[in-house]
Amino acid sequence: MAKYILKRILYLFLTLFIIASITFFLMKLLPGTPFSNQNRMSADQLKIVKAQYGLDQSVGVQYVRYMVGLLHGNLGTSFQFNNEPVTALIGQRLAPSMQIGAQAMVLGTILGILLGAVAAIRKNTWVDTLATFISILGLSIPSFVLAVLLQFYLAYKWKIYPVALWDNFQSSILPTLALTALPLGTVARFMRTEMVDVMSSDYIELAKSKGNSNWKVVTKHALRNSLIPVVTIIGPMAVSVMTGSMVVENIFSIPGIGEQFVKSITTNDYPTIMGLTIFYSFLLIIVYLIVDILYGLIDPRIRLGNGGKE
Amino acid sequence: MDKILEVKDLHVDFDTYNGTVHAIRGVNFHLNAGETLAIVGESGSGKSITVRSILQLLASNATIAKGEVLYHGDDLLQKSDKEMDKIRGNKISMIFQDPMTSLDPTMTIGKQVAEPLLIHNNVSKKDALKRAEEVLRLVGIPNPEARMNDYPHQFSGGQRQRIVIAIAIVDYPEILIADEPTTALDVTVQAQIIDLLRELQQKIGTSIIFITHDLGVVAGIADRVAVMYAGRFVEYGSVEDVFYNPQHPYTWGLLDSMPTLDTNENARLNSIPGTPPNLLDPPKGDAFAPRNAYAMQIDEEEQPPFFKVSKNHYAATWLLHPDAPKVTPPAAILNRYKKFEKLGGNAK
Repeated sequence: MAKYILKRILYLFLTLFIIASITFFLMKLLPGTPFSNQNRMSADQLKIVKAQYGLDQSVGVQYVRYMVGLLHGNLGTSFQFNNEPVTALIGQRLAPSMQIGAQAMVLGTILGILLGAVAAIRKNTWVDTLATFISILGLSIPSFVLAVLLQFYLAYKWKIYPVALWDNFQSSILPTLALTALPLGTVARFMRTEMVDVMSSDYIELAKSKGNSNWKVVTKHALRNSLIPVVTIIGPMAVSVMTGSMVVENIFSIPGIGEQFVKSITTNDYPTIMGLTIFYSFLLIIVYLIVDILYGLIDPRIRLGNGGKE
Repeated sequence: MDKILEVKDLHVDFDTYNGTVHAIRGVNFHLNAGETLAIVGESGSGKSITVRSILQLLASNATIAKGEVLYHGDDLLQKSDKEMDKIRGNKISMIFQDPMTSLDPTMTIGKQVAEPLLIHNNVSKKDALKRAEEVLRLVGIPNPEARMNDYPHQFSGGQRQRIVIAIAIVDYPEILIADEPTTALDVTVQAQIIDLLRELQQKIGTSIIFITHDLGVVAGIADRVAVMYAGRFVEYGSVEDVFYNPQHPYTWGLLDSMPTLDTNENARLNSIPGTPPNLLDPPKGDAFAPRNAYAMQIDEEEQPPFFKVSKNHYAATWLLHPDAPKVTPPAAILNRYKKFEKLGGNAK
């Protein structure tokens, strides 16, 4: 197992290197320069600024420089956000996004699993219809619509939570709820489909024939077997939810990272684009690794090494 | 002999999009202590549904419309699901058809075998696992102590069926229901599993209801045989009675389509023409009549009652009515009658 993880981490660096390279050259293909919005700069001034950031060199030289810096953990300096180092920029902005994202993921996954399981057990009853309705709502209502609704009722009318503020846990509840809908709906749908399959399988019938109560059949045999495909979708979804939703962050004035990414692209802020892309990739790869390890824990058939006896 | 189980006038219906399917249409039988009763019939004849009704392990769209399942005189059909949980896996347990899909893929086999003990008895986990290990040894899993923590995918099909059997017998049930336990296995493994079941029956003294569509398997294990067709029994009796003195044309057809040592190797095997009736709208008379070369007018009009052939041997065919014309069964059946007479019986 340790050997496997080590190997995967090695691959992680290789993958990051390839992603960094591709992103670097794709980014250079973007039209415009980081300073196209600085109308008041003269041609000479622009030249000086470009030289200062090394943008006067050939693309090849810039690439080598960037990669060397990357090896030292230096992601460069942002052109747009107060000349801050990109690492510091990501660091500050990431925490709020990750916090509401993680909260939404945990809440959404747990509720989704419960909702899907209940729907599957009460298949083709009103409970199932209601659960399906909720999960489709979760999937189809855009998060910003939900965000505004939550703000209107829970904050403006009933004054339970602040409208748009970022300080304590209280203030993170509304944005978390707004983001919960998507993982909840997705997980519930996957869970229901899988659990309906599992509940009609032979080993569930055998579990019942042993004298297990219906509750025990579900908790001891059906749940775990239904979770396998759910784990697959949780990983990538976690990354996209945790790396921030620009819209939700805007609505609740959260100093998150989602907004920054979009802005960095529209302004050709090369170091920030690079830094965030590499960071997102890193997160995604790590999550996939965790998912693969989780698989082994849940399903012994895909456990690694020693013919599955690990 | 002691009747430990008696099924009376069982009717099971299924709700489907096309209407109500009358899958079981009045089944009566009993099981004596310590015996093996085989129920044979083609796919869809209702064998599995009949035995699943005993444990109430039917699909959600099934309803037991009528009947009684008396276990020591107690009607199981009147019991709640919770009360049935106390009987399932404890007094009456079941062996399933497909060992590849019957075991929970994410639970160690030790735990799976020990589970019924933990449900029904007040034993510690350690004692239950120890007992599970003994039972795994009993059913012929080599080195059970080393394999308790293995998962189902680490075993072969034959071994998995042994594990399924271990689960069924771990709590020494009074009745073991084996629903086509050998169908999914290789012929050599089939023989081993049949031997194992016979051996276990002697060791723990359980009664067995054995379902199969394979007549060859029946002869090896059963004391009595019941032949099922379209949701009803058509003939039942001892193995000798049904195999060597069959009376129902359907039983003739089944036996005639089975190769024996006397079958000419170049001859075509016989088959029963036609298909079973649609049970959405069961026929008024004998369900087998449309496929029956010996059918008479009355077969179309009225369901035949059971006629007594000999002690414990009954068949539901109008051919046994005193007024029925004499017919000559197929040659293969006449051969069987000769053997029956050699065995000391008195064939028709």
